Amino acid sequence: MKFSERWLREWVNPDISSDELMKRLTMAGLEIEAVQAAAAEFSNVVVGEVLAAERHPDADKLSVCQVTDGIEKYQVVCGASNVRAGLKVPFARVGAKIGTELTIKKAKLRGVESHGMLCSAEELGLAETAEGLLELPGDAPNGLSIRDYLQLDDALIEVNLTPNRGDCLSIAGLAREVGVLTRATVTAPEIKPVAAVTTDQLPINLAAPADCPKYFGRVIRNINPHAETPLWMQEKLRRCGLRCIDPVVDITNYVLLELGQPMHAFDHGKLTGGINVRRANAGEKLVLLDGKEVELQPDTLVIADQEKALAMAGIMGGKASAVTPRTTSIFLESAHFSPLAIAGRARRYGLHTDAAHRYERGVDFNLPKLAIERATSLLLAIAGGEAGPVTCAESPVSAVPAIELRRKRIGRLLGADIADADVGDILARLGLTELEATTEGWRFAVPSWRFDISIEADLIEELARVRGYDSLPVTAPQARLGLYSKPETLVGVRAVRSQLVGLGYQEVVTYSFVDGQLEAVLGEGTEPVALANPISQDMAVMRTNLWAGLITTLKHNQNRQLTRLRLFENGLTFLNKNKKLEQKFKVGCLIWGACAQEQWSVPSKTVDFFDLKGDVEAILGLSLNAAAFEFAPDVHQALQPGQTARIKRNDETVGWLGALHPSIQQALDIPGKVYLAELDFEAVRGARIPVVKDLSRYPRVRRDLALVVGQEITAEQLLAELKSVAGPDLQELTLFDVYQGQNIEKDKKSLALGLTFQHASRTLADADINPIIDSCIKALEAKFNAELR
Amino acid sequence: MDSLTSLTQQALSAVIAAGSHDDLEQLRVLYLGKKGSLTEQLKTLGGLPADQRPAAGAAINAAKVQVQDAISARKEALDRIEAERQLVSEKVDVTLPGRKLGAGGLHPVTRTIERIENIFTAAGFQVVEGPEIEDDYHNFGALNIPAHHPARAMHDTFYFDATTLLRTHTSTVQVRVMETGKPPFRIICPGRVYRCDSDMTHTPMFHQVEGLLIDENVSFADLKGLIADFLNAFFEADLAVRFRPSYFPFTEPSAEVDVQCVMCRGAGCRVCKQTGWLEIMGCGMVHPKVLAASNVDPEKYTGLAFGMGVDRLAMLRYQIRDLRLLFENDMRFLQQFH
Repeated sequence: MKFSERWLREWVNPDISSDELMKRLTMAGLEIEAVQAAAAEFSNVVVGEVLAAERHPDADKLSVCQVTDGIEKYQVVCGASNVRAGLKVPFARVGAKIGTELTIKKAKLRGVESHGMLCSAEELGLAETAEGLLELPGDAPNGLSIRDYLQLDDALIEVNLTPNRGDCLSIAGLAREVGVLTRATVTAPEIKPVAAVTTDQLPINLAAPADCPKYFGRVIRNINPHAETPLWMQEKLRRCGLRCIDPVVDITNYVLLELGQPMHAFDHGKLTGGINVRRANAGEKLVLLDGKEVELQPDTLVIADQEKALAMAGIMGGKASAVTPRTTSIFLESAHFSPLAIAGRARRYGLHTDAAHRYERGVDFNLPKLAIERATSLLLAIAGGEAGPVTCAESPVSAVPAIELRRKRIGRLLGADIADADVGDILARLGLTELEATTEGWRFAVPSWRFDISIEADLIEELARVRGYDSLPVTAPQARLGLYSKPETLVGVRAVRSQLVGLGYQEVVTYSFVDGQLEAVLGEGTEPVALANPISQDMAVMRTNLWAGLITTLKHNQNRQLTRLRLFENGLTFLNKNKKLEQKFKVGCLIWGACAQEQWSVPSKTVDFFDLKGDVEAILGLSLNAAAFEFAPDVHQALQPGQTARIKRNDETVGWLGALHPSIQQALDIPGKVYLAELDFEAVRGARIPVVKDLSRYPRVRRDLALVVGQEITAEQLLAELKSVAGPDLQELTLFDVYQGQNIEKDKKSLALGLTFQHASRTLADADINPIIDSCIKALEAKFNAELR
Repeated sequence: MDSLTSLTQQALSAVIAAGSHDDLEQLRVLYLGKKGSLTEQLKTLGGLPADQRPAAGAAINAAKVQVQDAISARKEALDRIEAERQLVSEKVDVTLPGRKLGAGGLHPVTRTIERIENIFTAAGFQVVEGPEIEDDYHNFGALNIPAHHPARAMHDTFYFDATTLLRTHTSTVQVRVMETGKPPFRIICPGRVYRCDSDMTHTPMFHQVEGLLIDENVSFADLKGLIADFLNAFFEADLAVRFRPSYFPFTEPSAEVDVQCVMCRGAGCRVCKQTGWLEIMGCGMVHPKVLAASNVDPEKYTGLAFGMGVDRLAMLRYQIRDLRLLFENDMRFLQQFH
């Protein structure tokens, strides 16, 4: 909310500086966000009266005016279209300074001398834009400084109110708060009931009493449609960020700002029969003040007459029943709507109004009566008219229940006791009434404006807040020093990250929502979870794996001339599985470009499948259980057939590894092959706790085998068979060469294997090893048609 | 005797001049071998009178030993020279860069979360994570933010349907922990959160660390102490901290925490908008309704909770001027953390 400091000080004027006042408010939870001067810096600008204005002899758009400041007469050339004899305007005399730039000097305009300048609101920093001169009332005293006349030495303060403090959304509410904080006296303007001079009234029916427990209305006839809003009111509205419209609307806005009570004025002539406050009927439509037609939903409260909905209660009036410049008779509304009846409705219709903003947060239910009298007397003073009696419909508002406050609880929650006298003093200043003293403390009644106070903790917060958070003690929490352990059977995510960083991977953090089209190509091939309200199309669906983000990162950096990347990301992925949402924490990797960074000592080589596989194996190896994982040839829509492995553990899929499908790679315009991997972290993190075996003191024996097998035989098959045949003395099995080409048939390959044997308790002799090797060869011959090379 | 002396001299000169092990071996054979010239000298002993033989024999043997020693010495010298030569030939330019794969590194957000975790876990807090797609209840209802509550307007929420959403804060995890566990609780919950907002200073996804401490006697004074300790530990500086009353539906009392600007130390600068203070996190005492909603007895237990924006902390710590850099993943940015 934006407010004028001067206006606030009319209500409460503590003997502290502006800065101090703002600091106190901020430190009491009413955060001052911005402060702005009410006008530009200027001096020597006074009320001037235009005595005569004649067309400039050589310029159509200029006038030559005779202006007085009450002492002397000056000739001033002016370009404004609204300049005319008799007008009172701000007059900057020669020597006046406006802002930091402009000094008014004697000048010649098209050959005519000009001694000073007549000013618009914009020129004085009173408005963003202005058309023509700022017209001052006819009774403005000539020669009086404009700063004094308009009381421009004022600060426009933007206070950021938290949603619980709806009671501060008015000058009255802020003044009350300042009174509490500074102990300064708050003086409200005197508001007297306006006696009825007509008997006109409209019957009011509350059809939804829980939503609208109180409704005051009053008919005012014969108002002057030509009346203008007085300058002092215009200025106050302006300084609180509101535009002037016409006296009726301005007055309701003024009361809204002053007291915090939203009001509405209907054109009395456009109402049929009485007022009915009810929920909207199904399919009912209403054209709002802003011209927008809405179809009302049944949980929307409306103000209706006999025939139709007139206004969206507490949110916005309707166009058909709105006051116009020709309106002479109005029906003034001042009502209490329950926060729950208004909350969320405005937003649903795409509206945000000052009224809804207040009603959602709660408005003092004792205000409507006061506000309607205030508005009536202002209206009669400004636009004349004859007021009818106030019609009131009300059902009992359930009062806020009394709250018990226990002495011990204060100390326990705040870590500091507050003396009984201070408790009583602070809460009394806040308007709470002590109902009784109890054995443990007190019972308090909450004032009608504090919708936010409902439980003991709220009272304790108020005590802390008014006393000042900074005055409360500072301690270190005390707790039982319990220990907890991290299971060694689970690989930590930090270990995975360290491993990858050690392997030269850069971690990236990409958005969890990705482009639907990219996801369709790179994802898991299932329908992704789509946002109902995405920010843009490229952030519309939740990722099913981590590849869209990694590929997007690649593209970003490729476009910045990078030629080599090793990336990883870890985070949740979102998979719709049989209509059940799975949120899995995954680790994804991407490599692209040269194997190693360009350097003198390593020949350049681009990455291939096995570079990434080795790194994936290094992560899996953290489990000390690498043997539990299997890389099975398979297909994945994002990966190149023939260079795709499904990673499995106990036949459960735990990840994927492969080359990005060449057609995707080309479509994305990526030069060179990209390799991608992904691991389901929960599925791979199960780790073995090492159980140490005794070390053999006997020598190791190594035998090498070169075997020729068909291309279709996988290394995995061969190694598994060897392991099972070779028996317990085989300590290590190394595949140290794979060869295809000269001397090997076209559809065959040669594999070179190193077998290392060792026995726990004796030296192995040829007589031990030869039969093992023989049976290995036989088994491989039989199973895979392998030949010894 | 003269011939022995001259022969010995001749041998010694030759040995000293020998340039290789082969030359040396030849000299050894030539002088000391079975038919070597010094060995041959022994044959002359027969022609000498018997009383001169011992002395002459001793002289010859002495000469042989002398030559043998010279050969050994020369051998060692040659070995040394050879070793020297080897070292020279193996010399490298030690200033050439080492062989490397290329460095990897953590993202600054992860680096920041890990630091925060380290600070809190050292004090016995446990790290807990939770789902990012959440239901309305865990994100709002359980945190005392009923439907239509004005506080919901502060959370521009991404929805999937009427009741499923992307969590707007990591407070959801606290709820899940309280629901399933028994107090006391001492946890922090780092993670991604989402709000439907994107401009210079907002990204639709960002990171929070939420903390929760629930025990029988946790007070607001403890909250102030814990937060101040954390900020000083995180920034490794003795910074002023102030607590301003604020409002969160799930805490009562609630506070915004301002820390003395880490850039200008309170003097006023661009980062703190000349105020000397940085708004750094929100916190408060857990609202009794929140405790009760998750079956924690608010009469027996009190709790403190706090939530901080990781991205902002990372920006302050590493002087990152533009939030959006964090999610562009430009290597020129990320590699500055190597």
